[in-house]
Amino acid sequence: MNETTAFQPGILSGLWATARRDLLLAWKRPGDVLNPLFFFAMVCTLFPLAVGPSAEQLEFSGPGVLWVAALLATLLSLNSLFLGDFEDGSLDQLLVSPQPLPVLALGKTLAHWLTSGLPLVFVSPLLAITYRMPWSVVPVMMLTLTLGTISLSLLGSIGAALTVGLHRGTALLSLLILPLAMPVLLLGANTVSLAAGNDIYSTGVWALGAYAVASLSLAPYATAAALRISNE
Amino acid sequence: MWKFFHQLASPPHFYRLAAVFSPWLAAPGIALIAYGAYAGLFLAPMDYQQKDAFRIIYVHVPAAYLSLMAYMILAVSGGIGLIWRIKLAHAVAAAAAPLGAAFTFLALMTGSIWGRPMWGTWWEWGDPRMTSELILLFLYFGYMALRSAIDDTAKADKASAVLALVGVVNVVIVHFSVEWWSSLHQGQTVFKKGTMDADMRIPLFAMLIGFTLLFGSLLLRRVRTEVLFRERRTRWVREMIVSPEGN
Repeated sequence: MNETTAFQPGILSGLWATARRDLLLAWKRPGDVLNPLFFFAMVCTLFPLAVGPSAEQLEFSGPGVLWVAALLATLLSLNSLFLGDFEDGSLDQLLVSPQPLPVLALGKTLAHWLTSGLPLVFVSPLLAITYRMPWSVVPVMMLTLTLGTISLSLLGSIGAALTVGLHRGTALLSLLILPLAMPVLLLGANTVSLAAGNDIYSTGVWALGAYAVASLSLAPYATAAALRISNE
Repeated sequence: MWKFFHQLASPPHFYRLAAVFSPWLAAPGIALIAYGAYAGLFLAPMDYQQKDAFRIIYVHVPAAYLSLMAYMILAVSGGIGLIWRIKLAHAVAAAAAPLGAAFTFLALMTGSIWGRPMWGTWWEWGDPRMTSELILLFLYFGYMALRSAIDDTAKADKASAVLALVGVVNVVIVHFSVEWWSSLHQGQTVFKKGTMDADMRIPLFAMLIGFTLLFGSLLLRRVRTEVLFRERRTRWVREMIVSPEGN
């Protein structure tokens, strides 16, 4: 009895195990990681084609377009967050495991952010240049995108958990998550705009950071509750 | 006291009680709305700045207030349903959602009609309240879509309760972020509100209370229908249909 408790793995090991497994799966199927990135780049291409290539217009709309595209690209990858596990039954294994479910959900969300949010952050400067964003603004944009995509992944995990296993899941997921994600978009895009206009932008960064911390501490519980409900 | 609450949570008891209370809320509600509408439209003096256009507040303000209150009802009854597993609370949430969405739409529509003569536009993105109200409408749509997408009622109840609780935290964040956002883009578009004349204020209070009572009455009616539908396979419903004199 004592021996089994002695070998009981800690909380963090569950977190790393789920995260590592999902990262490994993503590594084996790089298309799942690349597709949202291509989507991101294509949405950013659509806007100049639609509204015209004038320099000042691009400079003005750049932060907003990049942010909307990042939000949509994150949304695109969220649908598959729990779907594979739901279909092959490993989600049931997570539910019955002795590890606390919020931690496991956090592990999966962490892997999702590392494979969807973080790549977006690194690709964004490339697209920002095409929108004539000044170099001094690029780090601000990357910072807001980092904080923002953390929040989006966490918020999205709630929606993905609620809709897992439902027909018409993708459209429903967008309908659930977009209104929740609006504050993140609003803070992120406007902070970058402020930075581009040489205004004080620290308020937005702090607010985004606060949002990320709050969702980091609260969202996993909601995701866990939603997963239990969806798999009754 | 506790016995009363326990009985209240039992569907057949609530079904009967709601039938008793609904008209008693509706009658004073309609009377207050009739008074408020007449006093607001004909007796209240004209606003020195907005002329007659201000009179739309007698519909707009109660609708906007109820749109938020209905969302609170969604979240609170969803939470009660999740924590204490009271089925009736979920029925209340399910019944409140379309009502809340309707009042949100009404608030947006009246705001837009008011904005046309006042701001010269049907829609003003710069106004924080208009934008937050629109996001609230989308939150309602998401809530109702989730409910209708899940076939199993018990599952739909719990899933939508989680969504409502997440949403209610978000409503606060939406409010502050939209306020910050609009302060960046332009100055205050909203007219500075001075003190309202009593002749203007009293009809507004009448409308607020009247709308709330009417909302309560409609909600009770909707919950009744919802309870009846959910309990359609139970004995008390069957017995009531066979011998309807008790109701």
